[in-house]
Amino acid sequence: MSETLLQTLLNTPYVSKFGVSFDYRGDELTGLLPYKENLVGNPLIPALHGGAVGAFLEITASASLIVSQPLDRLPKVIDVAIDYLRPARAADVYARAQVARSGRRVANVRVEAWQGRRGAPVATLHGHFMITPASEKTR
Amino acid sequence: MSEEKIREVLESVAPLLVDGSPHAVALGLKIDQLEPDCIIMHAPYSPDLVGDPETGILHGGVVTALLDHACGLAAFAGLGAQDTPATLDLRIDYMRPAQPGLDVIAEASTVRAHGLVVFVRATAHDGDRDDPVAIAQAAFMVTKASQAATERAKKAFGQGETT
Repeated sequence: MSETLLQTLLNTPYVSKFGVSFDYRGDELTGLLPYKENLVGNPLIPALHGGAVGAFLEITASASLIVSQPLDRLPKVIDVAIDYLRPARAADVYARAQVARSGRRVANVRVEAWQGRRGAPVATLHGHFMITPASEKTR
Repeated sequence: MSEEKIREVLESVAPLLVDGSPHAVALGLKIDQLEPDCIIMHAPYSPDLVGDPETGILHGGVVTALLDHACGLAAFAGLGAQDTPATLDLRIDYMRPAQPGLDVIAEASTVRAHGLVVFVRATAHDGDRDDPVAIAQAAFMVTKASQAATERAKKAFGQGETT
Protein backbone atom coordinates (compact mmCIF):
# COMPACT_ATOMS: atom_id res chain seq x y z
CA MET A 1 0.00 0.00 0.00
CA SER A 2 0.95 3.61 -0.32
CA GLU A 3 0.65 5.73 2.83
CA THR A 4 1.20 8.91 0.87
CA LEU A 5 -1.47 8.11 -1.70
CA LEU A 6 -3.99 7.36 1.06
CA GLN A 7 -3.05 10.70 2.61
CA THR A 8 -3.45 12.39 -0.80
CA LEU A 9 -6.95 10.93 -1.02
CA LEU A 10 -7.80 12.15 2.50
CA ASN A 11 -6.44 15.60 1.67
CA THR A 12 -8.43 16.11 -1.51
CA PRO A 13 -10.75 19.06 -0.91
CA TYR A 14 -13.94 17.08 -1.52
CA VAL A 15 -13.00 14.21 0.81
CA SER A 16 -11.87 16.49 3.63
CA LYS A 17 -14.90 18.80 3.22
CA PHE A 18 -17.19 15.96 4.24
CA GLY A 19 -14.82 14.67 6.94
CA VAL A 20 -14.37 11.13 5.56
CA SER A 21 -11.79 9.08 7.48
CA PHE A 22 -10.47 5.51 7.32
CA ASP A 23 -9.77 2.93 9.95
CA TYR A 24 -7.17 0.53 8.58
CA ARG A 25 -6.55 -2.60 10.70
CA GLY A 26 -4.85 -5.75 9.56
CA ASP A 27 -5.77 -5.94 5.93
CA GLU A 28 -9.21 -4.45 6.33
CA LEU A 29 -10.14 -0.86 5.72
CA THR A 30 -13.34 0.72 7.03
CA GLY A 31 -14.49 4.10 5.79
CA LEU A 32 -16.30 6.48 8.12
CA LEU A 33 -18.61 9.26 6.99
CA PRO A 34 -19.40 11.18 10.17
CA TYR A 35 -22.90 12.63 10.29
CA LYS A 36 -23.13 16.32 9.46
CA GLU A 37 -26.20 18.35 8.62
CA ASN A 38 -24.77 19.19 5.18
CA LEU A 39 -25.09 15.51 4.15
CA VAL A 40 -28.86 15.50 4.49
CA GLY A 41 -30.77 15.19 1.22
CA ASN A 42 -34.32 15.26 2.51
CA PRO A 43 -34.74 16.84 5.95
CA LEU A 44 -38.33 15.61 6.24
CA ILE A 45 -37.49 11.90 6.47
CA PRO A 46 -34.69 12.82 7.46
CA ALA A 47 -32.38 10.94 5.14
CA LEU A 48 -28.85 11.48 3.87
CA HIS A 49 -28.51 12.53 0.22
CA GLY A 50 -28.16 9.56 -2.14
CA GLY A 51 -25.31 11.39 -3.84
CA ALA A 52 -23.45 11.82 -0.55
CA VAL A 53 -23.76 8.12 0.23
CA GLY A 54 -22.76 7.22 -3.35
CA ALA A 55 -19.70 9.47 -3.21
CA PHE A 56 -18.68 7.97 0.14
CA LEU A 57 -18.90 4.46 -1.37
CA GLU A 58 -16.70 5.62 -4.27
CA ILE A 59 -14.14 7.10 -1.88
CA THR A 60 -14.02 3.90 0.19
CA ALA A 61 -13.54 1.89 -3.01
CA SER A 62 -10.57 4.10 -3.95
CA ALA A 63 -9.06 3.79 -0.48
CA SER A 64 -9.39 0.01 -0.54
CA LEU A 65 -7.60 -0.14 -3.89
CA ILE A 66 -4.81 2.04 -2.53
CA VAL A 67 -4.23 -0.17 0.54
CA SER A 68 -4.50 -3.41 -1.42
CA GLN A 69 -1.50 -2.72 -3.69
CA PRO A 70 1.15 -0.11 -4.53
CA LEU A 71 -0.27 2.42 -6.96
CA ASP A 72 1.32 5.44 -8.63
CA ARG A 73 -1.83 7.52 -8.86
CA LEU A 74 -5.30 7.80 -7.38
CA PRO A 75 -7.71 5.32 -8.99
CA LYS A 76 -10.07 6.82 -11.57
CA VAL A 77 -13.69 5.76 -11.62
CA ILE A 78 -14.96 4.24 -14.88
CA ASP A 79 -18.47 3.27 -13.85
CA VAL A 80 -20.55 2.61 -10.77
CA ALA A 81 -23.86 0.98 -10.01
CA ILE A 82 -25.32 2.01 -6.68
CA ASP A 83 -28.24 0.20 -5.06
CA TYR A 84 -30.09 2.05 -2.35
CA LEU A 85 -31.45 -0.55 0.05
CA ARG A 86 -32.75 1.57 2.91
CA PRO A 87 -33.02 5.28 3.63
CA ALA A 88 -29.74 6.37 5.23
CA ARG A 89 -30.73 7.99 8.52
CA ALA A 90 -29.20 11.15 9.95
CA ALA A 91 -26.32 9.24 11.53
CA ASP A 92 -22.74 8.12 10.82
CA VAL A 93 -22.20 5.78 7.87
CA TYR A 94 -19.56 3.04 7.59
CA ALA A 95 -18.36 1.22 4.51
CA ARG A 96 -16.12 -1.67 3.59
CA ALA A 97 -14.97 -2.68 0.15
CA GLN A 98 -13.94 -5.91 -1.45
CA VAL A 99 -11.64 -5.82 -4.44
CA ALA A 100 -13.20 -8.52 -6.59
CA ARG A 101 -10.48 -8.37 -9.22
CA SER A 102 -7.51 -6.15 -9.75
CA GLY A 103 -5.65 -6.35 -13.03
CA ARG A 104 -2.90 -4.20 -14.49
CA ARG A 105 -5.22 -1.43 -15.61
CA VAL A 106 -8.66 -2.01 -14.23
CA ALA A 107 -10.07 -3.12 -10.90
CA ASN A 108 -13.52 -4.37 -10.03
CA VAL A 109 -14.72 -3.39 -6.56
CA ARG A 110 -17.81 -4.01 -4.44
CA VAL A 111 -18.60 -1.79 -1.47
CA GLU A 112 -21.25 -2.03 1.22
CA ALA A 113 -22.36 0.82 3.48
CA TRP A 114 -24.22 0.44 6.74
CA GLN A 115 -25.23 2.44 9.79
CA GLY A 116 -26.44 0.77 12.97
CA ARG A 117 -26.12 -2.85 11.94
CA ARG A 118 -23.65 -4.32 9.50
CA GLY A 119 -26.25 -6.89 8.50
CA ALA A 120 -28.65 -4.15 7.39
CA PRO A 121 -26.75 -2.29 4.67
CA VAL A 122 -28.13 1.06 3.49
CA ALA A 123 -26.45 0.98 0.09
CA THR A 124 -24.07 -1.06 -2.04
CA LEU A 125 -21.81 -0.06 -4.90
CA HIS A 126 -20.31 -2.12 -7.64
CA GLY A 127 -17.85 -0.38 -9.91
CA HIS A 128 -14.81 -0.38 -12.17
CA PHE A 129 -11.77 1.79 -11.56
CA MET A 130 -8.78 2.58 -13.74
CA ILE A 131 -5.59 1.96 -11.78
CA THR A 132 -1.87 2.56 -12.36
CA PRO A 133 0.06 -0.07 -10.39
CA ALA A 134 3.46 1.19 -9.26
CA SER A 135 6.28 0.00 -11.52
CA GLU A 136 8.93 -2.25 -9.92
CA LYS A 137 11.38 0.68 -9.69
CA THR A 138 9.10 2.98 -7.78
CA ARG A 139 8.01 0.36 -5.24
CA MET B 1 -52.92 15.58 -14.41
CA SER B 2 -52.23 17.95 -17.28
CA GLU B 3 -48.74 19.03 -18.15
CA GLU B 4 -49.74 22.60 -17.35
CA LYS B 5 -50.83 21.59 -13.86
CA ILE B 6 -47.61 19.63 -13.28
CA ARG B 7 -45.61 22.67 -14.38
CA GLU B 8 -47.58 24.81 -11.93
CA VAL B 9 -46.89 22.47 -9.02
CA LEU B 10 -43.20 22.23 -9.98
CA GLU B 11 -42.93 26.01 -10.04
CA SER B 12 -44.66 26.37 -6.68
CA VAL B 13 -42.28 23.92 -4.97
CA ALA B 14 -39.19 24.95 -6.98
CA PRO B 15 -37.50 26.91 -4.18
CA LEU B 16 -37.67 23.85 -1.92
CA LEU B 17 -36.24 21.39 -4.39
CA VAL B 18 -32.68 22.55 -3.83
CA ASP B 19 -32.76 24.90 -0.85
CA GLY B 20 -34.72 22.29 1.11
CA SER B 21 -31.84 19.84 0.72
CA PRO B 22 -28.79 20.72 2.85
CA HIS B 23 -26.45 18.52 0.80
CA ALA B 24 -27.56 20.12 -2.47
CA VAL B 25 -26.95 23.51 -0.85
CA ALA B 26 -23.49 22.40 0.34
CA LEU B 27 -22.58 21.51 -3.24
CA GLY B 28 -24.11 24.74 -4.56
CA LEU B 29 -26.50 22.92 -6.94
CA LYS B 30 -28.77 25.18 -8.99
CA ILE B 31 -31.87 24.50 -11.08
CA ASP B 32 -31.78 25.89 -14.62
CA GLN B 33 -34.91 24.35 -16.08
CA LEU B 34 -37.89 22.72 -14.46
CA GLU B 35 -40.08 21.21 -17.16
CA PRO B 36 -42.19 18.09 -16.65
CA ASP B 37 -40.20 16.28 -19.34
CA CYS B 38 -36.73 17.71 -18.71
CA ILE B 39 -34.90 18.90 -15.63
CA ILE B 40 -31.66 20.83 -16.04
CA MET B 41 -29.39 21.59 -13.09
CA HIS B 42 -25.78 22.51 -12.61
CA ALA B 43 -23.03 22.21 -10.03
CA PRO B 44 -20.83 25.31 -10.09
CA TYR B 45 -17.10 24.64 -10.21
CA SER B 46 -15.61 25.14 -6.79
CA PRO B 47 -12.03 24.54 -5.57
CA ASP B 48 -13.31 22.94 -2.36
CA LEU B 49 -15.06 20.18 -4.35
CA VAL B 50 -11.93 19.06 -6.20
CA GLY B 51 -11.13 15.35 -6.18
CA ASP B 52 -7.64 15.46 -7.66
CA PRO B 53 -5.51 18.40 -6.46
CA GLU B 54 -2.92 17.76 -9.20
CA THR B 55 -5.40 18.42 -11.99
CA GLY B 56 -8.08 20.47 -10.23
CA ILE B 57 -10.78 18.13 -11.53
CA LEU B 58 -14.05 18.02 -9.57
CA HIS B 59 -14.58 14.90 -7.46
CA GLY B 60 -16.75 12.23 -9.06
CA GLY B 61 -18.98 12.50 -6.00
CA VAL B 62 -20.13 15.94 -7.10
CA VAL B 63 -21.25 14.47 -10.43
CA THR B 64 -22.90 11.55 -8.58
CA ALA B 65 -24.84 13.88 -6.28
CA LEU B 66 -25.79 16.22 -9.14
CA LEU B 67 -27.06 13.31 -11.25
CA ASP B 68 -28.90 11.75 -8.30
CA HIS B 69 -30.60 15.05 -7.53
CA ALA B 70 -31.52 15.81 -11.15
CA CYS B 71 -32.83 12.27 -11.65
CA GLY B 72 -34.84 12.54 -8.43
CA LEU B 73 -36.49 15.74 -9.65
CA ALA B 74 -37.20 14.17 -13.05
CA ALA B 75 -38.81 11.20 -11.29
CA PHE B 76 -40.84 13.56 -9.11
CA ALA B 77 -42.02 15.39 -12.26
CA GLY B 78 -42.65 12.04 -13.97
CA LEU B 79 -45.05 11.11 -11.18
CA GLY B 80 -47.04 14.29 -11.83
CA ALA B 81 -45.24 16.16 -9.02
CA GLN B 82 -47.35 14.20 -6.54
CA ASP B 83 -44.86 11.91 -4.87
CA THR B 84 -41.18 12.24 -4.05
CA PRO B 85 -39.91 8.73 -4.81
CA ALA B 86 -36.90 7.02 -3.26
CA THR B 87 -33.88 6.03 -5.40
CA LEU B 88 -33.77 2.28 -6.02
CA ASP B 89 -30.56 2.35 -8.00
CA LEU B 90 -28.31 4.70 -9.89
CA ARG B 91 -25.88 3.58 -12.57
CA ILE B 92 -23.28 6.01 -13.84
CA ASP B 93 -20.73 5.73 -16.65
CA TYR B 94 -17.98 8.31 -16.27
CA MET B 95 -16.93 9.04 -19.86
CA ARG B 96 -14.28 11.64 -19.09
CA PRO B 97 -13.30 14.04 -16.31
CA ALA B 98 -15.09 17.41 -16.22
CA GLN B 99 -12.80 20.23 -17.29
CA PRO B 100 -11.34 22.12 -14.33
CA GLY B 101 -12.98 25.51 -13.93
CA LEU B 102 -16.18 24.58 -15.73
CA ASP B 103 -19.59 24.01 -14.16
CA VAL B 104 -21.09 20.56 -14.58
CA ILE B 105 -24.58 20.53 -16.06
CA ALA B 106 -27.03 17.64 -15.73
CA GLU B 107 -30.08 17.07 -17.92
CA ALA B 108 -32.52 14.44 -16.69
CA SER B 109 -35.74 13.13 -18.12
CA THR B 110 -38.20 10.41 -17.29
CA VAL B 111 -38.15 7.51 -19.70
CA ARG B 112 -41.22 5.89 -18.25
CA ALA B 113 -43.35 6.30 -15.15
CA HIS B 114 -45.68 3.45 -14.44
CA GLY B 115 -47.53 2.91 -11.20
CA LEU B 116 -45.05 3.31 -8.39
CA VAL B 117 -41.88 2.93 -10.46
CA VAL B 118 -40.12 5.56 -12.57
CA PHE B 119 -37.18 5.08 -14.93
CA VAL B 120 -34.97 8.09 -15.54
CA ARG B 121 -32.06 8.85 -17.85
CA ALA B 122 -29.58 11.68 -17.42
CA THR B 123 -26.51 13.20 -19.04
CA ALA B 124 -23.87 15.32 -17.35
CA HIS B 125 -21.65 17.60 -19.45
CA ASP B 126 -19.61 20.76 -19.09
CA GLY B 127 -21.02 22.84 -21.90
CA ASP B 128 -21.44 20.55 -24.89
CA ARG B 129 -24.17 17.99 -24.35
CA ASP B 130 -22.79 15.89 -27.23
CA ASP B 131 -19.53 15.44 -25.32
CA PRO B 132 -20.81 14.06 -22.01
CA VAL B 133 -18.85 13.82 -18.78
CA ALA B 134 -21.15 11.08 -17.51
CA ILE B 135 -24.32 9.24 -18.41
CA ALA B 136 -26.70 7.91 -15.80
CA GLN B 137 -29.69 5.66 -15.58
CA ALA B 138 -31.77 5.41 -12.44
CA ALA B 139 -34.89 3.75 -11.12
CA PHE B 140 -37.09 5.30 -8.47
CA MET B 141 -40.01 4.00 -6.49
CA VAL B 142 -42.72 5.44 -4.31
CA THR B 143 -42.22 3.77 -0.93
CA LYS B 144 -44.07 4.11 2.37
CA ALA B 145 -41.20 6.20 3.74
CA SER B 146 -41.18 8.49 0.71
CA GLN B 147 -44.97 8.87 0.84
CA ALA B 148 -44.83 9.78 4.52
CA ALA B 149 -42.14 12.38 3.74
CA THR B 150 -44.25 13.83 0.92
CA GLU B 151 -47.22 14.15 3.28
CA ARG B 152 -45.04 15.92 5.83
CA ALA B 153 -43.71 18.22 3.11
CA LYS B 154 -47.22 19.11 1.99
CA LYS B 155 -48.25 19.89 5.56
CA ALA B 156 -45.09 21.82 6.36
CA PHE B 157 -45.18 23.97 3.27
CA GLY B 158 -48.91 24.22 2.67
CA GLN B 159 -48.74 22.45 -0.67
CA GLY B 160 -51.71 20.26 0.18
CA GLU B 161 -54.25 22.50 -1.56
CA THR B 162 -52.31 22.75 -4.82
CA THR B 163 -52.71 19.07 -5.58
